[in-house]
Amino acid sequence: MNDGRRQLLSCMAWVGTGLLWTVSGGVPRTLGLLGTAAAMPAPGLTFAQISDSHIGFARDPNTDTPGTLKAALDLVVAQHPAMMLHTGDVSHLSRPEQFDIAEQLIGATGIETHYIPGEHDWLEDDGRPFVARFQKGTKQGAPDGGFYSFDREGVHFVGLNNVADLKPGGMGALGARQLAWLKTDLAGHGDSTPLVVFAHIPLWVVYKEWGWGTDDSAQALALLRRFGSVTVLNGHIHQILQKVEGNVAFHTARSTAFPQPAPGTAPGPGPLKVEPGRLREVLGVASLTFTRGQSHLAVVDTPLGA
Amino acid sequence: MSGLLSRRRAALLLAVLPAVRAGAAGVASVTIDNFTFTPAVLTVAPGTRVVWINRDDIPHTVVSDARPPAFRSHALDTDDTFEVVFDRPGRWGYFCALHAHMQGTILVR
Repeated sequence: MNDGRRQLLSCMAWVGTGLLWTVSGGVPRTLGLLGTAAAMPAPGLTFAQISDSHIGFARDPNTDTPGTLKAALDLVVAQHPAMMLHTGDVSHLSRPEQFDIAEQLIGATGIETHYIPGEHDWLEDDGRPFVARFQKGTKQGAPDGGFYSFDREGVHFVGLNNVADLKPGGMGALGARQLAWLKTDLAGHGDSTPLVVFAHIPLWVVYKEWGWGTDDSAQALALLRRFGSVTVLNGHIHQILQKVEGNVAFHTARSTAFPQPAPGTAPGPGPLKVEPGRLREVLGVASLTFTRGQSHLAVVDTPLGA
Repeated sequence: MSGLLSRRRAALLLAVLPAVRAGAAGVASVTIDNFTFTPAVLTVAPGTRVVWINRDDIPHTVVSDARPPAFRSHALDTDDTFEVVFDRPGRWGYFCALHAHMQGTILVR
C-alpha cells in the first residue's frame, strides 16, 4: 500500500453530510471539514455530489424534502464547484410535479448538473420521462438507456444506470448491453486517465439482504481495473460508506431527504426516524476535488446542519 | 399468460367495490411491511381475489416474475393497494421491481 492510500484510509472518518470530492491523480481524499475545504484555493476540478433528494416524500422524518434539497444546494453553491453530480432518486415516485420541483430548485443554482437515475426515478414508461428531462443533451450509451459518459478537465466521467429491469431476487443490475457499451467507452482511454464512475446503487455489495449492491458489478469493475485512478460514487443507502479496493475508491453520499439505518441494524431499510432537531445532522452533500499531478481525489462530506 | 381473469390497481375503497368478477371465491391479503411481503407464501382457492397493501413509508411494486409478467402494479405509495383475481391452480411468483430482493408467492389450489 502506498502512502497516498494509507493517507486516504486514515481519513475515512467522514466529517459531515456533504461530500466534497477532489480528484488529484485519481483517488479520492478527504480534505477535512467544510470550513477547511472552503478556505483552500481551488486546486483543480472541484465538483459536488448530491443524492437521493426524494422530492415527493413527505413523511416522518422529513415533511419538507424540497426545503432540505434547497438547503443542500445552498451549501453546494457556497463551495463554488465547477459542476455537480446527482446520483439518483431525484424524485420519490417519478411524478412530473416532483421532477418539476427538483428541476427548478437545481436549475436555479446555475450549476452544470449531471444526473443518473435511481429506482424511484424509473417508475414510469421505462424511465423515458427521466431521461428526456434530466439527461437532455447527453450521448446515451443506448437509446433511452439512462447511461452515458463525458470528459471534463482530463477526467473521464461515466454515469451508469443500475436500476432498470431488475431481476426477481436480485440487487441492482447493469445488464449485458450496458457492460458492452462500458467496454467500448473505456477502450478509447489510456490507463492514466482518471475515472469517476457514478451510479445510484452501490457498485459493491454493501448488504445483500437489503439489495444494497449490484449483481453484475464485478464485470464492470474488471473493466476499470487497468486504470490507475478510479473513483466510484454512489447513493441509494442514504449514509456515507467508503472503501478502497486496489486502485478503486468507493464512496456513497448522504441523502438530502432522510437517513436510512446502517446495514442490518433495523428490520428493514426504510427511513430512519430521527428527532426533528437532528434531521439536518444526517443529511448532506459531498464535494470532490481533482488535482492534476496528485494521485488522490479529495472528498469532503458536509452536513446540512450541525 | 393465462390463469388470471382480471386485475385492478390501487383500490382504496375496496369494501364498496363490486366483486371484480362474478363468482369470486373470497378475498385474501398480503401486507408489505419492512420491505417484506407477508405472508411470503399465500395459499388460496381458485377464484380468490388477492389484495396487496403497502404499509411501508417507501413505495413498492408487485410484479409477476413470469416473462412476460402475468400481472404488474404501478408504484404503490403508503396504504395503496393492488389486487389480482387468481382463477387457475398454479404457483405465481412475484417480486418488487424497485427492491428486487423482495419476493413472494401465491399458491392457487
